[in-house]
Amino acid sequence: MAEFFHMGGYALYVWGSFGVTLLLMVIEPMLLKSRRRAILKRIARMARLNVGEVS
Amino acid sequence: MSSRIVNWFKFSSPATFYPLAGRLIPWFTAAAVITLGVGLYMSFFVAPTDYKQGEGYRIIFVHVGTAWMSMFIYVVMAAWAGLGLVFNTRVSAMMASALAPTGAMFTFVALWTGALWGKPMWGTWWVWDARLTSELILLFLYLGFIALQSAIDDPRRADRAGAILAIVGVVNIPIIYYSVQWWNTLHQGASVTVSGQSSMETVMLWTMLIMTFGFWFYAIAVVLARVRCIILERERDTTWVRELEGEVQ
Repeated sequence: MAEFFHMGGYALYVWGSFGVTLLLMVIEPMLLKSRRRAILKRIARMARLNVGEVS
Repeated sequence: MSSRIVNWFKFSSPATFYPLAGRLIPWFTAAAVITLGVGLYMSFFVAPTDYKQGEGYRIIFVHVGTAWMSMFIYVVMAAWAGLGLVFNTRVSAMMASALAPTGAMFTFVALWTGALWGKPMWGTWWVWDARLTSELILLFLYLGFIALQSAIDDPRRADRAGAILAIVGVVNIPIIYYSVQWWNTLHQGASVTVSGQSSMETVMLWTMLIMTFGFWFYAIAVVLARVRCIILERERDTTWVRELEGEVQ
């Protein structure tokens, strides 16, 4: 196991590459989720305001 | 949809494209997770140790795929931007905007993994040679496209200005691709060429291709999710958006 993580002495480079790639590929969808939540909230708020105006 | 001729212009309207994109996202997400899972397993447990570079060569499985993605996404982005410019279809321009951040992300990853690969193999993180410099320019093109679009308030004008930048920037793509042939560079030549010849071992080649497919599925899922956000942001005052999403929360 330790040998696997050691990567024949290239641990920093191999895990640095795969790690950062994976990290960014997790962060990007998370940012999109919060962007979607924000716009949905805004749309819902505007819809409520409009209903208030009509009644 | 029973008719054999699909009217593609139908999907150039945000109101029809939005739900279509929403239906496609789960499939591409699942495909990305499965493919990248298999690809990662093969990267570390199936692909053999390289006789020259030891375990350090395994960086290739992220480096090459993301570098391909960085170039391909740019071409796709410019194509959507061009379509938007010619046909004035709104979704095309939105697709171009949605592709840019993911393209920039893959370009950054290609540069980052390249630096981490260059240090142990070449003895340097960075050199100003043709391949590396032109790839860095690609990152600046993506960032320039994003910055230009966000600097213009009117979305239609922002689309057009961005489209012209994206199309002019396409000139950089063949420069990146052929840089290893046109100039003397530290970067090695292509291991896989368009003509189908490969200098790699079959298992390594397959691992690389599977990882690349995984990046593709990921990119499609993420870009569709982003284009849905862009559609909602731009169409928030329309009735269809209010009817569709106004009830949520």
